[in-house]
Amino acid sequence: MIQKRATAGLGPKGSFQACVALRSDSSRKMARNEEPEMSPELSLVQLIVTKHHRQKRSLIQILQDIQGRCQWISPETLDEVARELDIPPAHVYSVATFYKSFSLSPRGRHICTVCMGTACHVRGGAAVLEHFERTLGIKAGETSPDKEYTLERVNCLGACALAPLAVVDGRYYVQMNEIKANQVLETVKASKKSQQGEP
Amino acid sequence: MPYRTHLLVCAGTGCVSCGAFPLKEALVTEIARRGLGNEVLVVATGCNGFCERGPIVMVHPEGIFYQRLKVEDVPFLVEEHLIKGRPVQKFMYVPPAEEKPVPKMADIEFFKHQRLIVLRNRGRIDPERVEEYIAYDGYDGMAKALTGMTAEGILAEVAASGLRGRGGAGFLTGKKWELCRREAATPKYLICNGDEGDPGAFMDRSFLEADPHAVLEGMVIGAKAIGAAKGFIYIRDEYPLAVKRMGIAIEQARELGLLGTDILGTGFDFDLEIVRGAGAFVSGEETALIASIEGQRAFPRQRPPYPAQHGLWGKPTVINNVETWANIPSIIRRGAAWFAGLGTETSKGTKIFSLVGKINNTGLVEVPMGIRLRDIIYGIGGGIPGGREFKAIQIGGPSGGCIPKEHLDLPVDYESLTQAGAMMGSGGMIVMDEDTCMVDIALYFLRFTQEESCGKCAPCRIGTRQMAEILARISGGEGSDEDLEKLERLARVVKQGSLCGLGQTAPNPVLSTLRYFRDEYRAHITDRSCPALVCKNLITFFIEPEKCIGCLLCLKNCPVAAIAGERKKVHVIDQAACIKCGACFNVCPAKVRAVSKYTGEKGRTLAGRVPGGVET
Repeated sequence: MIQKRATAGLGPKGSFQACVALRSDSSRKMARNEEPEMSPELSLVQLIVTKHHRQKRSLIQILQDIQGRCQWISPETLDEVARELDIPPAHVYSVATFYKSFSLSPRGRHICTVCMGTACHVRGGAAVLEHFERTLGIKAGETSPDKEYTLERVNCLGACALAPLAVVDGRYYVQMNEIKANQVLETVKASKKSQQGEP
Repeated sequence: MPYRTHLLVCAGTGCVSCGAFPLKEALVTEIARRGLGNEVLVVATGCNGFCERGPIVMVHPEGIFYQRLKVEDVPFLVEEHLIKGRPVQKFMYVPPAEEKPVPKMADIEFFKHQRLIVLRNRGRIDPERVEEYIAYDGYDGMAKALTGMTAEGILAEVAASGLRGRGGAGFLTGKKWELCRREAATPKYLICNGDEGDPGAFMDRSFLEADPHAVLEGMVIGAKAIGAAKGFIYIRDEYPLAVKRMGIAIEQARELGLLGTDILGTGFDFDLEIVRGAGAFVSGEETALIASIEGQRAFPRQRPPYPAQHGLWGKPTVINNVETWANIPSIIRRGAAWFAGLGTETSKGTKIFSLVGKINNTGLVEVPMGIRLRDIIYGIGGGIPGGREFKAIQIGGPSGGCIPKEHLDLPVDYESLTQAGAMMGSGGMIVMDEDTCMVDIALYFLRFTQEESCGKCAPCRIGTRQMAEILARISGGEGSDEDLEKLERLARVVKQGSLCGLGQTAPNPVLSTLRYFRDEYRAHITDRSCPALVCKNLITFFIEPEKCIGCLLCLKNCPVAAIAGERKKVHVIDQAACIKCGACFNVCPAKVRAVSKYTGEKGRTLAGRVPGGVET
């Protein structure tokens, strides 16, 4: 299953490759910590569902774990979760589309999130988001065609005193403006080049 | 061995974003290098609340407050302060419009006027070490409740304290507990609502990061009073640090027998589980939050029956906000009379607010109920930056409203705020100056609620959308006089007809701005001008020829290449190509200030448009 998705998915460096790589790691980890009898042949979904004791009420946490590993949740994965938990696919789908944390389309390698909280808004957060949109050539919520960047907006990150705020690849950047945004994106690009330069 | 000095490095989300962890590493390394490893201890604490000044380091016991430290400052700081004993002035806080630094934390205006009860441990304990919490009377209240009090006794104490829910509506906590306790059905559940969705509010985030054990302690006490055996702490997914620290706290408490089975050897069992939110504002509503824990979409449902009677999995459930739970240990430890002595007739105790926006000292503040808005804004907050004029303060997030300067002497309590058209909400306070447009703010909130409306009931789903569309029209300079009436009529329908608190309060930002800033709406409609120079359709950016020095800065930063000019020659904006992003305005050097914004007639003339906004 995972193998199939990996080839159908994102190409050689896609997120599913990462999933597959993580799979063996997670099976080892879980085999050690929680479920000693588990076979390493289980799929990622099966592993995560088992970790949550197959409880139907843990659906949201299960989807969160999958999203955490793969960055997004594919339609096949949603089906598999429904089968494993023995609940209608429609229910899984309704939950997955309701909450903003879940991405049902592949995301880029670099995630840029711009805070749109009130404090950020009065200090110019909208201009920062527009600048990201122009520079990356995508709208908020979209992923660039080369799957490099995903631009997202968030309602509040709770660091309002340092508004406006942006998060790029998990790092918080405070008191943002257009010039800082350019610097951040330059850093991301530079790190990418140096990674590619490695043998 | 006791240390002579403790360096308390703030490790809240704000300071961490500004580099608190590398700073801590550097301090540890430098202190070891200078052979002070046995004398000076570096501790990572929870959020101090003064996030804007991060990273923050407090030197204990002297109470010296250092701010905005960088890794490269560390050797000098260690040399001067720790070795030579000379506090370093240049790293200290200097109040706005003053020159003399204030060395001690206790003397800084931002901290001086606060009354810390819930946040008493902030910045002084390591939130990842239960021993430090215990050292400052932690779990004392719980011990008292479990060993020396009956369930009725605890209930009576909480009721007598007059504590009201800190999540927004202000329901009496003691009454809620009593309702749940009286229910015959078992098991009973407790929920801590940490789904802090209000944009511009970060009390729960800061608190859960700074003092997670206080919430645990409060919940164990509540469990004994109500007779619950299981609790859930629901935390927003956007707060990873809070989730992590709460997880550590739960584990440590279990290890020490402060949580789980046979707590403190009293035979009382209670356990807790963390549930992460998944990014839906509506899940902060109690019935929606319950649905979310059950693994459903976060749809609210009709009340009554209230969760106290019919909650999680249909069982009696008490759901309280983070701050409410955090008040409980102090009430039990110090008594209801002490707590009831704080605050006003109807609003007891203190309240935490996040003071942000256009204000000098931004951060998290805890103040006694009944304090005047003026004292928060000008006392603690240090006034408005850049010599600008205060315009309004937005309280209560998307459910609240904007309060203008005429009401600056308003006491902060549940009733006064509601009367003034705002709401206590969870405690976000966003200060706005004359550069903030009230139509734009109302539009911002309505877009927010429209997007976050779960769609279950029509008044909220359709009403918020219609209101946002009307506001967008006004902001775009295409509004008409009837629009204001329409807005007011719609607001009433949405308020009365919506199922849950989200819809019932969604019109507040519109109603309060219409009430206090109607002229500004009128200016958008009749003059097609935006007095605050915010609404894009109504403003024009213009380079003043007599001021421009031809530095090329704006030209280089214009994202659409709409500026023409050469070095040392006056630059000109091509108004047809301008997208009004404001980049030129922001990069023009402060001493030049050649880029101006115009609105109304003047703006249209400069933009080469005929009156009425039609292009020539």
